Amino acid sequence: MPVNTVFETKIESVSILDEHGVFDSELGNGLIPNDDLVAMYKHMMTCRHFDEIAFKLQRSGRMGTYPENRGQEVPSLGASYVLNDGDWLTTSYRENAGLFWRGLPMEKILLHWMGDERGNHIDEVRCTPLAIAIGSQMLHAVGLGWSEKYKNTGNIACTFFGDGATSEGDFHEAANFAANLDLPVVFVCQNNGWAISTPTTIECSAPTVAQRGLAYGMHCVQVDGNDIFAMVKVMKEAVKNARENNRPTFIEALTYRLGDHTTADDARRYRDADELELWGKRDPMLRLRKYLEENNLWSQQQEDEHRSFAEKKIAQVVKNAEGIDAPPASDFFDSMFTELPKQLKIQRDTMRTSSLGQNPSQVPTHTPEGAL
Amino acid sequence: MANLTLVQAINLALIQEMEKDDRVLLLGEDIGLNGGVFRATEGLFQQFGGNRVVDSPLAESGIIGTAVGLAMGGLRPIPEIQFEGFMGPAFDQLTNQAARFNSRTRGGITCPLTLRVPVGGGIHAPELHSDSPESIYTHTPGLKIVMPSSPYDAKGMLISAIRDPNPVIFFEPKRIYRAFREEVPEDEYLVPLGKARVVCEGDELTMVSWGASVIQCMNAIETSGKNIELIDLRTINPIDMDTIAASVQKTGRCVIVHEAPKTCGLGAEIATGIMEHCFLNLEAPVQRVCGFDTIMPYYKLELDYLPDAERIGKAINETLAY
Repeated sequence: MPVNTVFETKIESVSILDEHGVFDSELGNGLIPNDDLVAMYKHMMTCRHFDEIAFKLQRSGRMGTYPENRGQEVPSLGASYVLNDGDWLTTSYRENAGLFWRGLPMEKILLHWMGDERGNHIDEVRCTPLAIAIGSQMLHAVGLGWSEKYKNTGNIACTFFGDGATSEGDFHEAANFAANLDLPVVFVCQNNGWAISTPTTIECSAPTVAQRGLAYGMHCVQVDGNDIFAMVKVMKEAVKNARENNRPTFIEALTYRLGDHTTADDARRYRDADELELWGKRDPMLRLRKYLEENNLWSQQQEDEHRSFAEKKIAQVVKNAEGIDAPPASDFFDSMFTELPKQLKIQRDTMRTSSLGQNPSQVPTHTPEGAL
Repeated sequence: MANLTLVQAINLALIQEMEKDDRVLLLGEDIGLNGGVFRATEGLFQQFGGNRVVDSPLAESGIIGTAVGLAMGGLRPIPEIQFEGFMGPAFDQLTNQAARFNSRTRGGITCPLTLRVPVGGGIHAPELHSDSPESIYTHTPGLKIVMPSSPYDAKGMLISAIRDPNPVIFFEPKRIYRAFREEVPEDEYLVPLGKARVVCEGDELTMVSWGASVIQCMNAIETSGKNIELIDLRTINPIDMDTIAASVQKTGRCVIVHEAPKTCGLGAEIATGIMEHCFLNLEAPVQRVCGFDTIMPYYKLELDYLPDAERIGKAINETLAY
């Protein structure tokens, strides 16, 4: 019996505007209109400022734990740029730039981290609230994409998660469902090298995370996740494949979080300063700004003007979010079910006045002698 | 009217809801051409096609997680998990996802899914095919939990569950899937969730049970010759304490029967509810006849584990003699 090769593959890695500012015009020309590029750069500036202010809110005790997004603006922004309004996006918590691009009010994200569930009540865009349990949101995207296929709307679903999440069983189940049931889903892994303190090598010992999707029979591609051109290119192809063929794609976007995992983390305990410095030079905003300036699309004056705009805007967002008072305590009862069951009504209505559920007719009307 | 078994009544409810509402679709392992391992979905694949009766990959978290997405997308998914012992892999998607979406979005996203799961022992099944985990999920705020014990209730409650805008776990007591037949209307009818059923009236003692144990209770009551009021809880969450309290206020005595382990079982919650509502009426301590705080044994000894008419009869006598 001969030994035959029954399967061979390769993983392509896409880069258009690299960290040195070198631009592949063959791949990149005409991909994104100049006005859109400027708008995206401005958006990234605003998001970066939002991130800085959110960090300071936590440090000054005005907000709870917050996960900095700094350095990871491109993948979700590129995805949201390509998605339609009717498409679904289910994310983790380092996708602010993409969510804001789609129109999620910034106040909602602050409210979430300020400990207020109303930040998760999202009517403005088709997205689910930030997923805290790692990887749980991928199956929801698969179900949402499935529902759109079932209804024949032409809409798709896109889901974001980190490299660590690809170790979770839910990733594998989601990929398997999407591929085998022919569902219109785009999986985007933001590989930032770290799952809190755990390096990607402990999450995945294969040469790329992207190839994990191959086992499920879906198209896989790696992309420079700090390159907006490359991200938009691979996302366009993935969305087309989903929308036209009901086939999922797995995108591994290589990026880096320039901050700590969250405000409760200190990445100096596990990351080398050299690594941070290296990725600091690969900051997605530096290279896009350089590109815009070289093409006479951006100036220092515009930079100053937009910085001023972003500062004012975020100040207003913070004011709005902080101006929202805590709801009455009954709030955490009222959405447990679409209609509150009687037992919960009793608990809600007697939460400060009675031991839970005690029937007044069964409470003794006299105090025994000697009792206080 | 048709004379149906419990599993046939479930099958009929699924057919009628699928005919009525295009948003209803089924997903699960072996539910398509094979009709499910208990044949609960027999014939549905042929009638409604593969888009609405979907053989899923063998992955319980995937089944529930995608059902959450389908529900959020405006559909009415009815996932099936083949046996209650296999709910473990889906625990996160059930308890941290499906159960929480309505609350964590403050009413923004609901998850109207109905999870069907065969439950309980007594059919000489292999390991992990005979457990009773209902109180685990009752301790999870945000889920409705149902367990009918008759074909009539099974049909009417399944339709109510499918139409309920909240996530519902619909436990199907597999021991009585085919144990007896009952007249079941062919026309549509609803049995409301959250309302217990008084199986037989009595004034000496109240007995509360659900699922296959209800049948054991009926046998015990018949043998005892006593005037006992039997309440089939039917819906485990939200619990119908009003019906239980009204009965115990009348009888002053109560025996609770369930297959699940005793400690932190639902019997403890019901006994406490009786303390809250009926303390001044009680003539005897509330008794529980339950599964034991052990692993459910393999089938050689399963009848020693499950509450039977003899154990229940002993509790009746002790409670009445107190």
